[in-house]
Amino acid sequence: MIHPMLAATAASDASAATATAILFYLCAAMSGISAICVVLSRNIVRTAVCLLFTLMGLAGLYFLLNSEFLAAVQLVVYAGGTLILIIFGVMLTSKSPFSRFEPRKIEVAIAIGVVILIFGALATAITHVAWPIATPPADSIYSMNALGLALLGDYLVPFEISSVLLLLVMIGAAYLAKARRHQPAESAGEAAAASRRARQWS
Amino acid sequence: MNIGLEHYLVLGALLFVCGLGTILLKRNAIGILMGVELVLNAANLNLVAFNRFAHAGTTAAPALDGQIVAIFVIVLAAAEAAVALAIFLNFYNNFSSIDVERAQNLKG
Repeated sequence: MIHPMLAATAASDASAATATAILFYLCAAMSGISAICVVLSRNIVRTAVCLLFTLMGLAGLYFLLNSEFLAAVQLVVYAGGTLILIIFGVMLTSKSPFSRFEPRKIEVAIAIGVVILIFGALATAITHVAWPIATPPADSIYSMNALGLALLGDYLVPFEISSVLLLLVMIGAAYLAKARRHQPAESAGEAAAASRRARQWS
Repeated sequence: MNIGLEHYLVLGALLFVCGLGTILLKRNAIGILMGVELVLNAANLNLVAFNRFAHAGTTAAPALDGQIVAIFVIVLAAAEAAVALAIFLNFYNNFSSIDVERAQNLKG
């Protein structure tokens, strides 16, 4: 991380810009290429690993954007928590972790058309709009203080609501995923019939 | 070789279309969830890039709105993943498959 205060002279300014560019292209290539792998990979485990590399590259980009706390949160919560949850889901829901479902040809064609159209539109828009660029203050030191004060000041209500949301999600997920042990005989028979039918179809 | 706002926005657009393609192409429900995560991350990258380049604030009071919204997005994504996985586990228990093409009736 190149600290802005160290880059006082013009020469070190230029080298700082070069270093930032190199780091940007490294992280961007990492996340972009693995995002493309997420689309193209037919194996769900490989998809999850590619998603992990995408998230790590994004964390590096957050560092470059002077958002150290967000980068740490990205690594800890996203790469460390959410993705592990997803991988647990993969393990719990596939008979074989390498099972694959092939999309139909027409679906692939439609998806490629939509994706190329939207990316072209977005890229054209981005390169043609004159963005209002505010140069950040030269000695802006990212302060955790400011972030904490903002979370408990201007953003207090969404902060508290998100804690309630997490509680609700915990209860809801536990209720949804709990094992159904005490089934009445009738509905247990129905469930068994349904699973037999499902096995026949698969 | 200055890295500006456009570079980050183009990368965000790439991540977004990758997520969209994942949602459209995967038939595994968890694959679709991964596509949603990619889309959310693309939005996060745009938020943080705008926070850095377009609305930087002053030295005394740096603008942090984009970063804080991104933090809330991460919290919501974690919550969404937990609920979605619970639903998928239920679905798998009922149909013994995770293929979304099986989800065709409301009362499984």
